[in-house]
Amino acid sequence: MTTLLSPAREQSLPERISKHLPNGLLATQTACDGISILWMAAADLRPTLAALRTSAAASLMLLDLTAIDERDRTHRDGQPQAAFTVVYHLMSLNTRSDEVRIKVPLGATAPTLPSICDLWPNANWYEREVWDLFGIHFQDHPCLRRILTPPTWTGHPLRKDHHARATEMPPYSLTEEHEAQEQDALRFDPSAWGMRRHSDHSDFMFLNLGPNHPSVHGVFRIVLQLEGERIVDAVPDIGFHHRGAEKMGERQSWHTYIPYTDRVDYLGGVMNNFPYVMAVETLAGITVPPRAQMIRVMLAELFRIASHLVFYGTMAQDVGQLSPVFYMFTDRERVFGIIEAICGFRMHPAWFRIGGVAMDLPNGWEGLIRAFLHDLPLRLDEYDAMVMRNPIFRARTKGIGAYTTTEAVEWGVTGPGLRATGREWDYRKHAPYACYDQLEFDIPTGTNGDCYDRIAVHVEEIRQSLRIIRQCVDNMPAGPVKADHPLTTPPPKARTMHDIETLIHHFLSVSWGPVIPPGEARASIEATKGVNTYTLISDGGTASYRTRIRTPSFAHLQMIPLLSRGIMVADLIAILGSIDFVMADVDR
Amino acid sequence: MTYSALLTIILTPLVLLGLATVLTWVERRLLGLWQDRYGPNRVGPGGMFQAVADGTKILFKQDWIPPFADRGVFVLAPAIGMMTVLLSFAVIPLPMHAGIASDMNVGLLFILGMMGLGVYAVVLAGWSSNSKFALLGGMRAAAQMISYEVFMGLSLMGVVMMAGSFSLQDIVAAQAGLWFIIPQCLGFGVFMLAGIAETHRLPFDLPEGENELGAGFHTEYSGMKFGMFFIAEYAGIILVSSLVTTLYLGGWRGPLLPPAVWFLLKTGGMVAFFILLRASLPRPRYDQLMALGWKVLLPLSLLNVMATGTILMLRASL
Repeated sequence: MTTLLSPAREQSLPERISKHLPNGLLATQTACDGISILWMAAADLRPTLAALRTSAAASLMLLDLTAIDERDRTHRDGQPQAAFTVVYHLMSLNTRSDEVRIKVPLGATAPTLPSICDLWPNANWYEREVWDLFGIHFQDHPCLRRILTPPTWTGHPLRKDHHARATEMPPYSLTEEHEAQEQDALRFDPSAWGMRRHSDHSDFMFLNLGPNHPSVHGVFRIVLQLEGERIVDAVPDIGFHHRGAEKMGERQSWHTYIPYTDRVDYLGGVMNNFPYVMAVETLAGITVPPRAQMIRVMLAELFRIASHLVFYGTMAQDVGQLSPVFYMFTDRERVFGIIEAICGFRMHPAWFRIGGVAMDLPNGWEGLIRAFLHDLPLRLDEYDAMVMRNPIFRARTKGIGAYTTTEAVEWGVTGPGLRATGREWDYRKHAPYACYDQLEFDIPTGTNGDCYDRIAVHVEEIRQSLRIIRQCVDNMPAGPVKADHPLTTPPPKARTMHDIETLIHHFLSVSWGPVIPPGEARASIEATKGVNTYTLISDGGTASYRTRIRTPSFAHLQMIPLLSRGIMVADLIAILGSIDFVMADVDR
Repeated sequence: MTYSALLTIILTPLVLLGLATVLTWVERRLLGLWQDRYGPNRVGPGGMFQAVADGTKILFKQDWIPPFADRGVFVLAPAIGMMTVLLSFAVIPLPMHAGIASDMNVGLLFILGMMGLGVYAVVLAGWSSNSKFALLGGMRAAAQMISYEVFMGLSLMGVVMMAGSFSLQDIVAAQAGLWFIIPQCLGFGVFMLAGIAETHRLPFDLPEGENELGAGFHTEYSGMKFGMFFIAEYAGIILVSSLVTTLYLGGWRGPLLPPAVWFLLKTGGMVAFFILLRASLPRPRYDQLMALGWKVLLPLSLLNVMATGTILMLRASL
């Protein structure tokens, strides 16, 4: 254990962990994505993670914490016996190879693990989520309540024996007794939320901000404990937008799940397809042709601009400036014009396909984009004068909601929120995917990590995205837009009418969907709001066995209590605006 | 009392209410113009009758009082808001002596008093609604309006000194040579800011503070009771604009054009300026607003009183 504390640069993170486990590893597993998976016993988990936390310095992030219901899985060669598996995904921001998934096997009856909230504060919500959706208990968790489903829910939705859709249940009826019970569960009790009713001097006022409030950007509830207009404590309550996107992944075929991903971060459009199809392609071993890669990157960057423009406008709106949002939505409309010309859809094109994209670019696409590339920078300069240099706007955002790089890493903050603290980290540079390694762009950073810096980083990212798009337009390679591979969707059709083998294959692939070989793969992208990760497990079927969506907004919202203590209500609104979250991205 | 005086008394509030209603449409069209969009343009020529449509709709809405509200005060609050604004207009000197009591010798004090009473509308609405958002709005309103009243009164003292009278007629008469906006530019600036704060318009619309408080003090109001707050706000804009016109822009005075046109032009320009402010500025935080008031505006208005007094004394002694 001791050498874990001294940084041994020559050894990678998985090696360091495996060498110094007191009882040794239960097993190692290699996934299609090349990231080591270490199986360890529940007893070893906390000591290992605690040692890692102290040694591996401030750059080790708990990227994700989730679980797998293993009870229906057939392809588990070499993996320890388990009914449930809890997965801890650790990622170092410094070195790309320092990334590891730690898995802990658990039994079927009353699965329990020690909580790691004291090591990584962002484990809090993740553990609550695992408790809520899988029924795995975490000892010593400060507040292990349901997080995504209502408090009165019975069962744990992501278990394989839980129904996936309403039609699998008897017709619903609301009895009076049941209604009273539901109403009772809605009653607000400050002590259950970890808040006191009064201090020594005064009674607190509890303000229920949301779930329908103009400034919470969707259905999001924050319970505020107020003394005057000053916030003593804030407790976010999420789950109002939960649609079971992960559960749907286990039902839809690999191909038909693509449109569902569009709706996760509904401002990100095809940006959501990106990690999903990349993960499926990794599982299936498909190499995407260069033109398709470039088209994907170009569209993803267009959506980044669209999303950032919404952020910019609504942020100004949140501090009371009425006009910018109209100008920025006008620009966004132009982006959508381009996207519609290419994809035929605006917000949710579902345009990426396993192995490439749906279609080649239409005639005249270049002209549309070039005109936009010319116009937007001029308008951005105007917005700088109107918003960023406005004294009232600066007074409202400078020094508000600041956090340090260390705090950001502890809380799993990625994207502009991390860069605003001065840390130059972007997943597109950290682990370039698609063709980002061939494109030139800078990573904008801030210095103070406050609201103003977060906004400034967003604005500069729009400019960098324009730069990337310009390179894409200038260097768009020729060639196919879909890989020539039997598992791509929709499958190649050219020879279906010539030989029976291809016809059968095509028929099955279209009606049932492709059968993806068993395995595990994870794909991450730098989405509009931070790192978006899809972890897919295939059990050799036509649908995913487990779809895990790690979204940036979920991690970022957890920080709200930390940022909001001691500030005014109006500041909280500025902070909410600057975090740039989408509730569908939080609740999935 | 002559028939014409009676007619004026009846007509003035009616015209004002009509103007305030039309102003809701004007504001939306102007905002649309500045924000690259249309605004209401469907009902009547250019959407002019939008205000009528809105008014009709709001009149026919259920007059609902939330069960948890303090009924009496809840009903009284919008009425106070409406009344104080309308009463203030009595002393505004309209061209051709069309005003109701524009020669009142303490006209300016009367207006300040009415504006002071106007605070009650907002505070009582916030309190009687018995809702947290409304309470916070009412609380903000009380602090904001009471403190801005102080500088509003002080900033006007310069004008009073120069005109030597509280009567608005006399003040207009005193601007025959030079509009007070030039010698009283400091006072003008402070009065403008205080005026915006009094009408709680953006950027000083903290009592409503949509992004924080939903609708602030009138969160629980609906139907015509909300409509009264709404119309009172627009009447308030007209009031402050016509006050600025009277006190600093020479009232109905002006070359070539008839006085009525001048008065309308100046007041209309000020109203448009109010709307432009709303289109362009963000909202400061509550404590920043108070700091601006007490730390910047109060010393400035005192300085203005002192400087004006000194200059007048010197000039008199020469």
